[in-house]
Amino acid sequence: MAGVQVANVSRSFGAHKALDDVSIDFADGGFYALLGPSGSGKTTLLRQIAGFDFPDAGRIAIGGESVERVPVEKRRIGMVFQNYALFPNMSAADNVAFGLSVRGEPKATIAAEVQRALDLVQLGKLGTRRPHQLSGGQRQRVALARAIVTKPRVLLLDEPLGALDKALRVDMQIELKRIQREIGITTIFVTHDQEEALTMSDRIGILRDGRLVQEGPPEEIYDRPQSEFAATFLGDANIFRGDATGAGIRLPDGTAIAAGAGAKLAAGAKASCAVRPERIQISTIAKGHDQVDTNMLKGQVSKRIFAGNNSTYFVDRDGQTLKVIVQNTGAERLAEGQEVVLLWSPESTVLIAA
Amino acid sequence: MATTRILEWLGRFYIFLLLAFLYLPIIIMALMSFNASPFYQLPFEWTTDWYASLWQNDQLIAATWNSIEIAVITTFISTVLGSMASLALYRYEFRGKKLLQALLFPPIAIPWLITGTAMLIFFFGIGIGRGLVAILLGHVALALPYVIVVVSARLQTFAPELEEAARSLGANQWQVTHRVTLPWIMPGVIAGGLFAFAVSFDQFVVSYFLSTPGQTTLPVEIYAAIRKGFTPEINAVSTIIIVVSMALMLLTARFFKFGGEK
Repeated sequence: MAGVQVANVSRSFGAHKALDDVSIDFADGGFYALLGPSGSGKTTLLRQIAGFDFPDAGRIAIGGESVERVPVEKRRIGMVFQNYALFPNMSAADNVAFGLSVRGEPKATIAAEVQRALDLVQLGKLGTRRPHQLSGGQRQRVALARAIVTKPRVLLLDEPLGALDKALRVDMQIELKRIQREIGITTIFVTHDQEEALTMSDRIGILRDGRLVQEGPPEEIYDRPQSEFAATFLGDANIFRGDATGAGIRLPDGTAIAAGAGAKLAAGAKASCAVRPERIQISTIAKGHDQVDTNMLKGQVSKRIFAGNNSTYFVDRDGQTLKVIVQNTGAERLAEGQEVVLLWSPESTVLIAA
Repeated sequence: MATTRILEWLGRFYIFLLLAFLYLPIIIMALMSFNASPFYQLPFEWTTDWYASLWQNDQLIAATWNSIEIAVITTFISTVLGSMASLALYRYEFRGKKLLQALLFPPIAIPWLITGTAMLIFFFGIGIGRGLVAILLGHVALALPYVIVVVSARLQTFAPELEEAARSLGANQWQVTHRVTLPWIMPGVIAGGLFAFAVSFDQFVVSYFLSTPGQTTLPVEIYAAIRKGFTPEINAVSTIIIVVSMALMLLTARFFKFGGEK
């Protein structure tokens, strides 16, 4: 088991910069998600860590040992592929045994270790099945058992749950997390699914166009995004753009928005504010509000989407459509076309440098 | 209803005609190899004399052994070299790869007569001359493109992540090839090998150019025998070859179907 250090890694394919000076420190035993849209470089980064491809510049260390020029077969990593990549000509047990067998471990050791790994992923009785006789979730488990049975220093997962249907995916998320905790292996997980990243990982790295946009625990990235991209890619956010005032921003129409979180910016600089839709309260103008320390905007409901436990309101205001999510508490629902006021606290408002 | 039945009947009749067209000459020849009359005279009189006298024909038997020997060695060499070439073309990107791939196909289309002439001139030029070695080299050259085409087609269905998965588990290049890639392409390799065997064993034109009186293959020997004077021994040996060739082709078809599954 070991931590992974990625320092100033760059990789270009022709004129395309797939990775541009990326540095991340993956702590020993942590569960990391690399999150980003397709083409953001997350898979390229994973392949550099695995050793399928070498960086043009920068350093990669596993357990303190430089590996950026070590080929994959000598890196002692475990990897789970998007489509599992199980060997079709071998049984589930032989798939799991492969890594031990190419190392020349004695037969008895292999059999015992394979059974332990299959038990760990709860497939103890299905060892003799061929991959095509297994369901998607079972193949996933075989792939995982195969990757961890060799006791790798780090476990790499390339969108491992992408091919599963939603219900199974949630089961596997819990299962994967349990297994990871049980063996305490450093795990790096590539995904484009923000919910998966939020629910599973200790830390998230968000990538965009080959650069690391932000890195930290899920709560921190969600509550304190440092860029509009991070704010809108991980979860939903309402973005206001204007000039920094020292206490927040002033919108082009003169409205002041107070921000209690995020960057400290000098007055006059271009800046934006991000507010999560669930942090905004919505009510009818008739009730009236005059709190001093609260951000307030007036608008008109243009659309309402009812989703059972909550409703999403789209509120038009000065050419901008804002999104507000309201829990279903049994309170009166607002109709489309209704004039409303939006209220939210400065603490829920994150100031972002433009 | 009636129209459908007529169409169905016509369809069956058509298939019957097609098969008759393909097999009637062969069936007649096979029957005549068991007919006592050397001049195809009827009534049919059962005999296995021609097979017995074939057994006495040392020249024909020597040529048969040459053919089998050359076909087996050709199969081995071209299957190994061809499979290796297919793997290289699949795995690596290199300068001139497209050109090389494009150049692999024309030899299949070039008439054997021309290939044979070219080989004869070339082998004389470099001092190999004619004989069994020349025939063997010629057959390997003819068979290689077939093997590469068949094995490459099979490799198209191979998922490259499988090799990556094997490497991530610590397997070296040899272990990856031997334990993951080869088992997958094996149906293609076997089909390619059968093709190579057929190309060599049935080869007349190129063998004719490259053989010498003492060193010749069965098809060339049959041709020479027919020119000297036809005997039903030829029917007998032809029947044996047809049975062997058809068995090989059926096997190939089986492996191709097998390769298409999964």
